[in-house]
Amino acid sequence: MSGGLPLIIGLPLVAAVLLVVLGALERRHSPAAGPGFFQRNGVAVGLYLALAVGFWAFFIIVLPQLAMVDMSFRPKLPPSQMGGPKDVFTLENYRYFLFGSTTSTASWNILHIKAFFLTIGVSILVTLLNFAISYPLAFHMAQSAPVARLRVLLLLLIIPYWVNEILRAFAFRVLLSSGGVVNKLLLGSGLTSEPIDFLAADVGLYMGLSYAYLLMMIFPLYNAIESLDKNQIEAARDLGAPWWHIHAFVVMPHAKPGIASGCTLVFMLCAGALAAPLVLGGPRTLWFTPIVYDRFYQAFNWPQGAAYALILLLTCIVFVLAVLRLFRLSLGEITR
Amino acid sequence: MKAGWVQRLALAVYLALFFVYLLGPLAVMGVSAFNTPSYPQVWPFEGFTLEWFGKLLADQDMMYGLQMSLWIGVLVVLISVPIGLAGAIVMTQIPARARATYYLVVVSPVLTPGVIIGISTVVFWREFTTMSGLRFMYDGVVMTVLGQSSFISAYCMLIILARLQRFDRAQQEAALDLGASYPQVFRHILLPFLKPALFSAGVLAFLSSFENYNTTTFSILADKTLTTVLAGRVRQGTTPAISALAVIIVAVTVLGAIVYEVLKRRDDARQRARQRAASQAEEAELGGEPAAA
Repeated sequence: MSGGLPLIIGLPLVAAVLLVVLGALERRHSPAAGPGFFQRNGVAVGLYLALAVGFWAFFIIVLPQLAMVDMSFRPKLPPSQMGGPKDVFTLENYRYFLFGSTTSTASWNILHIKAFFLTIGVSILVTLLNFAISYPLAFHMAQSAPVARLRVLLLLLIIPYWVNEILRAFAFRVLLSSGGVVNKLLLGSGLTSEPIDFLAADVGLYMGLSYAYLLMMIFPLYNAIESLDKNQIEAARDLGAPWWHIHAFVVMPHAKPGIASGCTLVFMLCAGALAAPLVLGGPRTLWFTPIVYDRFYQAFNWPQGAAYALILLLTCIVFVLAVLRLFRLSLGEITR
Repeated sequence: MKAGWVQRLALAVYLALFFVYLLGPLAVMGVSAFNTPSYPQVWPFEGFTLEWFGKLLADQDMMYGLQMSLWIGVLVVLISVPIGLAGAIVMTQIPARARATYYLVVVSPVLTPGVIIGISTVVFWREFTTMSGLRFMYDGVVMTVLGQSSFISAYCMLIILARLQRFDRAQQEAALDLGASYPQVFRHILLPFLKPALFSAGVLAFLSSFENYNTTTFSILADKTLTTVLAGRVRQGTTPAISALAVIIVAVTVLGAIVYEVLKRRDDARQRARQRAASQAEEAELGGEPAAA
């Protein structure tokens, strides 16, 4: 039993209780307060709201995250020694990520660091690629498609959306493997004399990732562009703006929240993808999430796994913040 | 107009390419489910067979996983929709200064990678159940339901919130003035108004749970769901039985989408009819004077 848990549960609860008490005190002293929470909802409904949100926010969201952070700073110990004198805060799990050893800092942990940067780099590229692929369709659907066609397009988009990630990756395997359709076509047409190993070259992985999260880009873009008044585009056109001006200075600024939302979603899903790398990754590819998985269920080193997970989480948070800063948006605008 | 013609051609080519990219892989996989070779193959098409569907149904692990996935899906709906509803209502009532923080906390699971949600769930609950003597709760199904509920509740909240923001508070005030109690208002005014959103949230919650892999693979522990069994099978090797499963899922999805669309249209039509009837009644009451719409 790790000694950190009472603290992890205690601190947020104390903070929440304090906030509620402060709120109540303030209400008592402010002259223009409306009806109180329980007055407004009734006792039964009020209790339901408070319990449901409390359980969700604390036991499902905040406490698990804090427990993970706590565990990542602890050594790996057998259960009997948890909470004992050896259960102290340590950086050894992070040291392992950087140097491949819990004690020495002599050489870098090239394998894991490379996988990490590969994951981040490829995720960014896939995000940009998906934006480029999706933008014209989203624009067409939102601004110029007739209603009947729009319905068909939406239906066609929704079908692959609900096919599970693993099956989507599997489809690419069927398509790109050395005996797959693409190779048969290439061989049949005489373009190549022997099959190309797309999977080993990671082409399959990149395509599979882009494919898997394409819709996460289209729908936010579509929603954002749809709310743009067509007259604005007309006006710009009448004033002689070339088509790329219209997109760069009218449509895109308006669709900023949708673009940011789509980019964040795709990046985050890519960086955290597990199915596509497992199914499509070549033998030499090391994606970051499977490494995290192996820390847990191959090496059974949970603290190390927690540290790796936290590194990934922090990267995603940094990315979201960077996107928000870049687009000058608030969080509420992109999760709409 | 030569330019218009070129533009339309470019659009058609782009749309065609896009949907070939989007649906092509699924179509190829679909065809391979009906082809006889034991390696998923589309061309040459050696003979039509339903053998792979039979193999799939005979796969004990797969069927067990399917059963667990359905159970987990139902439990997630039962937990996430009420939580999402509560989350949305609290969002409209919370003091403005606390709203940003509250929003950040409850929306964060949407922006957190699924694997991390799975990891943090098992890490916390393993310690918590040991410490509080609830060790029996540390079970793959319970963990998966809890883990999935974190972000699926957030989806539900966002859907319900979108409708709640259009709720006319005057209705509630009117009911209260007429002597209704708060629980009555909640039951007879707010819930019926939110019903379409609750329904959509339920459907989305079930589907998200059913197809989830990233969170589940960490939180399922020794148990298995359809997606985790599937991942194992795909890693072992490729067989057309997996393609057969995809065909079934696509068929069910299309069917579901059509049913949903029909139900929604019927509901919309009923809503419109009711509105028309109400406005006609109003006109009649006003002595036949057409409403100044």
